[in-house]
Amino acid sequence: MNPAGREGSPPMLTAERLGRVLPGEVPVTLVQDISLTIDRGEFVAIMGPSGSGKSSLLYLLGLLDTPTAGRILLDGRDTSGYGEDELATTRLRQLGFVFQFHFLLAEFSALDNVLLPMRRLGALDEGSAQRRAGALLAQLGLDGQAHKRPHQLSGGQRQRVAIARALANDPPIILADEPTGNLDSHAAANVRQILRDLTRELGKTVIAVTHDLTFASAADRQIGIVDGRIDPHWRA
Amino acid sequence: MPVQLAIALTHLLSRKRQTLVSLTGIVLGVAFFLAVSSLMRGSEGDFIKRLIDNSPHITVSDEYRQAQRQPASERWPTGAVELRRVKPLTEVRGIRGHPRALAYIESLPGLRAAPVLVGSVVLTFAGRIEGVTLNGIVPDKMKQVSTIEDKMIEGSLEQLAANPNGIVIGAGLARKFGLAMGSVVNAASPGGEVRTLKVVGIFRTGNANYDDMQTFALLKRAQGLLDRPNRINRIVIQLSDPYAAREVASIIERGIGYKAVSWLEASEDLMSVLLVRNLIMYSVVSAILVVAAFGIYNTVSTIVMEKIHDIAILKSMGFHARDIRLIFLTEGVILGLIGSLFGLTLGLGLMALLARVELKPPGATELVFLPIYWGYEQYLLAAGFAMASAIGAAWLPARKAGRVQPVVILRGMG
Ligand SMILES: Nc1ncnc2c1ncn2[C@@H]1O[C@H](COP(=O)(O)OP(=O)(O)OP(=O)(O)O)[C@@H](O)[C@H]1O
Ligand SMILES: [Mg+2]
Repeated sequence: MNPAGREGSPPMLTAERLGRVLPGEVPVTLVQDISLTIDRGEFVAIMGPSGSGKSSLLYLLGLLDTPTAGRILLDGRDTSGYGEDELATTRLRQLGFVFQFHFLLAEFSALDNVLLPMRRLGALDEGSAQRRAGALLAQLGLDGQAHKRPHQLSGGQRQRVAIARALANDPPIILADEPTGNLDSHAAANVRQILRDLTRELGKTVIAVTHDLTFASAADRQIGIVDGRIDPHWRA
Repeated sequence: MPVQLAIALTHLLSRKRQTLVSLTGIVLGVAFFLAVSSLMRGSEGDFIKRLIDNSPHITVSDEYRQAQRQPASERWPTGAVELRRVKPLTEVRGIRGHPRALAYIESLPGLRAAPVLVGSVVLTFAGRIEGVTLNGIVPDKMKQVSTIEDKMIEGSLEQLAANPNGIVIGAGLARKFGLAMGSVVNAASPGGEVRTLKVVGIFRTGNANYDDMQTFALLKRAQGLLDRPNRINRIVIQLSDPYAAREVASIIERGIGYKAVSWLEASEDLMSVLLVRNLIMYSVVSAILVVAAFGIYNTVSTIVMEKIHDIAILKSMGFHARDIRLIFLTEGVILGLIGSLFGLTLGLGLMALLARVELKPPGATELVFLPIYWGYEQYLLAAGFAMASAIGAAWLPARKAGRVQPVVILRGMG
């Protein structure tokens, strides 16, 4: 039983028999027949061997890629009929991404990187947005780093800026692809703790692909993917 | 500042050198556009001004636009009989009833008219013989329709009134014949009449052909010499608004029946030459801007390729395809705007320099400054064309950037 799951309200994210085939002379099946339900406030780790389709699944769940079979329900709403603009708007409001490589914009300061999604959404005025971005960075232990550019930050610091950016528009779901894959154990522990706290303290839903067993054990649930399918017996 | 503009600016600043090179292209293109356009339009304006100043705005001549109908076809307009080899009555050439025609024309508003009898005479002096055009004029009237009085270097048209046997000649003819004020020449008409005329005025218009060929005498004297008593064959008209010439000419033609030719009609072929010249000129200077646009295309394309990961991350963050397009279009707009601004400045500088150049055009006798046109519409045209090519050049890479699929890039990153 999930503590944040409320009776009567639909699950945060539902995947129904998802499949994704890359067309081509030799079609490549990235994932197939994946059904899962993830509740509010859940911290889910996706694991599996390299090349098994974990990232592909994450892109589908994050509405970055469109499935060739099945459908995704976000907060009970079917997203399969969404056009490109509607998908983009949904990503902007409801989804935050953190990747293995930080993917910050190199010419912008940490603060400006966090401000990007807020400025695009335009829900907050510039002053409030600045305050919120500063507060997010401070929460993630980046008080003095707000005006540094990405190349002036350490790997762990950059990853925390990326998390702050994913949180900028206060989305209910954070998707992370090997967020600690590029970090030393100390920085990895820090990032793991932060993601853990997001679910506990802010009620966010976190779905993270990881190879890191320590990371996975911090999650509420582990989902194993082998050859593009869910494997209930999978053990690292 | 919109976030798309902020991103566009960082992109351009991250590629300073390439940005500068593509800017230079636009700057030079716009400046060259302006310099050439102001020069061509200036010379065109100068040319038209000379045409308007030095030629009559409307000339009524003793001709009809349509051949006179034969009396037989007037009598039987529907008749099927055709009379061939009818020789029209030999008529004394000239504008019939010219005092009435002149009075009618002068009753129209905004114009001045002068009667003229034009004919050819042969001048002889000290053994030299030269055919010239003799204009029989009424000095008081002529002064109002022609700038010839301003071009007198010696004597004046007035002197003709005081001296009925006087003749006014051009500086070119005077030099050729070695004539000076007071010299006496013989003038012979095709009909065999001969008069002795005294030079009472010399003009110089700067147009070599005119200064060689045109001469002026009293209307009465010319009528006598050419054996056309009481006749005129031209009415020369000057308008307050030269551009109304076409309309006024057709009113006059309807009013008096004789052919009235406006300066616009008389120089129609020249006007079409000017038009073709402008077309060629604008194609060439526009081509330069199109070439400059390739620089912008190159810069924006490079940035799109370089920033493909940023594009993917922005899209995954929730930026729409149109946001991405807008970012790169904005880069084109910025390059176009800054390029136009500096281009206009440089162009104005070039124009100011050109305006100080003096030269002697062929057929002219004096040094003149290069005519430069300062009209504002050419700045708009240059800047507008530069903007259009800059936006057009940025559009292709912008569209490509908008279509980037973030997953394709993310997969490539492993
Ligand atoms: N563009 C492509 N063309 C062909 N095959 C592809 C393409 N992209 C991915 N694949 C294949 O699809 C499968 C799933 O890839 P995916 O990146 O989802 O795996 P993953 O589980 O994230 O692996 P890793 O743990 O190494 O990140 C892999 O076998 C990969 O080789
Ligand atoms: Mg992966």
